Amino acid sequence: MQLTLWTYEGPPHIGAMRIATAMKGLHYVLHAPQGDTYADLLFTMIERRDARPPVTYTTFQARDLGADTAAIFQDAVAQAYERFRPDAMIVGASCTAELIQDDPGGLARALDLPIPVIPLELPAYQKKENWGASETFYRLVRALAGGTPTPRTERRPLCNVLGPTALGFRHRDDLVEITKILGGLGIDVNVIAPLGATPADLGRLGAADFNVVLYPEIARAAGLHLQKTFGQPMVETVPIGVRATLRFVEEVSAAAGVDPAPVLDGAPSRLPWYSRSVDSTYLTDKRVFIFGDATHALAAARIAATELGFRVVGLGTYTREFAREVRAEAALHGIEATITDDYLDVEAAIQAAQPELVLGTQMERHIAKRLGLPCAVISSPIHVQDFPARHSPQMGFEGANVLFDTWVHPLMMGLEEHLLGMFREDVEFHGAAAPSHLPRHGTEAVAVAGEAPGPAEPPVAADALSAPAGPIILTWATEAEKELKKIPFFVRGKARANTERFARERALPLITLETLYDAKAHFGR
Amino acid sequence: MNAHAPIPDLAAPGLETGCDIRQERGQRAVFCGLTGIVWLHRKIQDAFFLVVGSRTCAHLIQSAAGVMIFAEPRFATAILDERDLAGLVDANEELDRVVRRLIERRPDIRLLFLVGSCPSEVIKLDLSRAAQRLSQSFHPDVRVLSYSGSGIETTFTQGEDACLAALVPEMPRAPETAAPALLVVGALADVVEDQFARLFADLGLAEVAFLPARRAGSLPAVGPNTRILLAQPFLADTARALEARGAQRIAAPFPLGSEGTTGWLAAAAAAFDVPAERFARVTAPGRARAAVALDLYRERLADKRVFFFPDSQLELPLARFLAREMGAELIEVGTPYLHRQHHAPELALLPVGTRVVEGQNLDAQMDRCRAAKPDLTVCGLGLANPLEAEGLATKWSIELLFTPIQGYDQAGDLAELFARPLKRRTRLEV
Repeated sequence: MQLTLWTYEGPPHIGAMRIATAMKGLHYVLHAPQGDTYADLLFTMIERRDARPPVTYTTFQARDLGADTAAIFQDAVAQAYERFRPDAMIVGASCTAELIQDDPGGLARALDLPIPVIPLELPAYQKKENWGASETFYRLVRALAGGTPTPRTERRPLCNVLGPTALGFRHRDDLVEITKILGGLGIDVNVIAPLGATPADLGRLGAADFNVVLYPEIARAAGLHLQKTFGQPMVETVPIGVRATLRFVEEVSAAAGVDPAPVLDGAPSRLPWYSRSVDSTYLTDKRVFIFGDATHALAAARIAATELGFRVVGLGTYTREFAREVRAEAALHGIEATITDDYLDVEAAIQAAQPELVLGTQMERHIAKRLGLPCAVISSPIHVQDFPARHSPQMGFEGANVLFDTWVHPLMMGLEEHLLGMFREDVEFHGAAAPSHLPRHGTEAVAVAGEAPGPAEPPVAADALSAPAGPIILTWATEAEKELKKIPFFVRGKARANTERFARERALPLITLETLYDAKAHFGR
Repeated sequence: MNAHAPIPDLAAPGLETGCDIRQERGQRAVFCGLTGIVWLHRKIQDAFFLVVGSRTCAHLIQSAAGVMIFAEPRFATAILDERDLAGLVDANEELDRVVRRLIERRPDIRLLFLVGSCPSEVIKLDLSRAAQRLSQSFHPDVRVLSYSGSGIETTFTQGEDACLAALVPEMPRAPETAAPALLVVGALADVVEDQFARLFADLGLAEVAFLPARRAGSLPAVGPNTRILLAQPFLADTARALEARGAQRIAAPFPLGSEGTTGWLAAAAAAFDVPAERFARVTAPGRARAAVALDLYRERLADKRVFFFPDSQLELPLARFLAREMGAELIEVGTPYLHRQHHAPELALLPVGTRVVEGQNLDAQMDRCRAAKPDLTVCGLGLANPLEAEGLATKWSIELLFTPIQGYDQAGDLAELFARPLKRRTRLEV
């Protein structure tokens, strides 16, 4: 048993729903108790879909338990076929139905429907959402993929794009960017799957020359299968960030045997110039903590370090399947990766790393809010505001533009930070003033009061499990406390912690002005 | 649980109704009882709800609780894993370990609910024995109780019923000689509870208590002189447990809308022999305010054809309010479960011939809804956007559980909840 308040991933059948909902002409019959239909609203509310997911639930109740549930399942499959007339069906069990041990695959097969019916084995007590999505897509591809390429002399190069799903973080817009790049290179797209594909489209997968795997968590297994079965090479570089996109363009061009120049020559992204412009100088060595799914966390770490000049002080993922890659990347930054699906561990790691910016999921957004830190979202799980109406990709050259704006926005603009340092005794720029991009409720009133207590100290964690204070009771001398307040709020927490650590290490019970500056000299900025 | 409750014979005396009551079985698009935790934990301020279930259960609560999950919520899930299922570890020892860790982390907790789920019910993990065992080991700091919020046994608000029913044995016994006391049952928003407390005081009722109480340690007493007044329509098991301890239920419509609130208060007043003149004087200001507030929305709701999908068991009183006080026309009133006796006053007030459907067959019901083309469809969030996309105006029903809607001073707000989607549709030009 694991004590859980928040879970980064849903159960595996949610992953299967993401595949089914992404596709057309596919129906999912899920053996599940009454109540599991809650998952519908992830799609209708968070992603704002305009139709119910193509899922029929058996919604059995206590009175149905016993021999009845198998019959209920068969009725549900038969009725779903009659009503929706899908081209193919997937059938499986949710966590509770897994326990009652009806056999969805066998029961469905017994109905002898005139369409492919693909059974799913999704172990709900071992695996999670992304695994469920990957396994479902793999099973579908394995069951349905067919076709052979026509000779290359008669046509342009042809590829499949694999990975985008329903409820995927920016999958809709990433696809637009990738399609644009492929078009610019003169490569035709054979099938995009699962998003928007029909079972018949999966039947044509074999006709392509190679595969582009956009989200390895979801499509690597299917890509490997296609590689083995049809000899299709696989481009697996995730084109998030300028460097990664350039590499992606080169790899795709190589796989297709085309010239990458038409795409690379077009001054494709503004990120490099924005990052070199002097206003960005203040971004140098900004301490950033990164957490998310492996694909997005790895990409973010590279962009942060090599394209924005940040210092990566924390890196982690909840995707255990890719823990090795993330550990290797963390080692490059001289840190140890945080591999966990417990958000309390992540919170502790963030507190320990004392970042100036957090890049993470919806949970890290809340953690950062609690700690008073700027934050941007880079990965699922996400809430409704991260399915925006506007075009907002992460991938490709436009994606890099989006990332620059999204990550820099929560930080103070360079000029603003400078002014705050220079005029910090002024009414407008006093130490307790929040950056204009980071509104803080209730601080406006005290802002003009001058010597008001700064609101921006990271609050001490309310939970009783957080590390107790050291044995020495530290006291701040009045003038040292006053001096601390003159330090801009966004580094004040770090300055306080560093000073106290310095004092504790030297067993100094009283922190004076000298201690403060000794510590500053010791640790540097 | 409710699903097993004997259905009273409709021909029994006192249950005549002019409604066309049908039952339906099939796929259901409803929440399970675990969802009740989301509002119950706000009400009982020193209680913690620990679901013993799967990742699905944790995911459900997370989805239902939305952003609330980060304000140090007082609920969590002990997720069963393969080791628990394979018997590699003793599930009871695991549960003890999780609970110990939890109580160390949250020493402010006085009452811990172990909440059963579908997986824990199917593997027959005995949570009531676990609760007894843990109660002994944490005595006297923390009381541990258990109930089931599983989907196989409970639908949405029935989770509150199961929770309150688990509290009933904990209530102190009121002596046989105690003065008659009123117990209002069902979690209400604090603001509504306070309004009702003032009204009962003005009516001269000396002893009035509410279940659940805001703190776990202040449970009201119950005994043969207790009269219970249900504030919510989904409390079948709780009422039965209270009746088993000698309390007597006051039959009344539910306090939704001005008429429902008056009927509800009047039933209590009659049970405590409040003079009619006093009742009229005390309720007059509230009735007058509600009349003014409801006038604002009547034009927008009058003659509108409304279709209710089943969700919370609040559907009958809501339909009664819309039909009688706002002049709406009812096409179909779905309810996940219909307690004939508790709903008898509501059934009597519904327009003759109203089609009431207990249970659900989702696709068939959606076909009926599409064919009827209602002006307003009350349904869950899984259906709302799809129906909007088909051109139907919808009111998502969960909001009716989280918004204060009971009593005179919320009658206008209640009407506004239904009028708003209609207003929005006329407002938007794109």
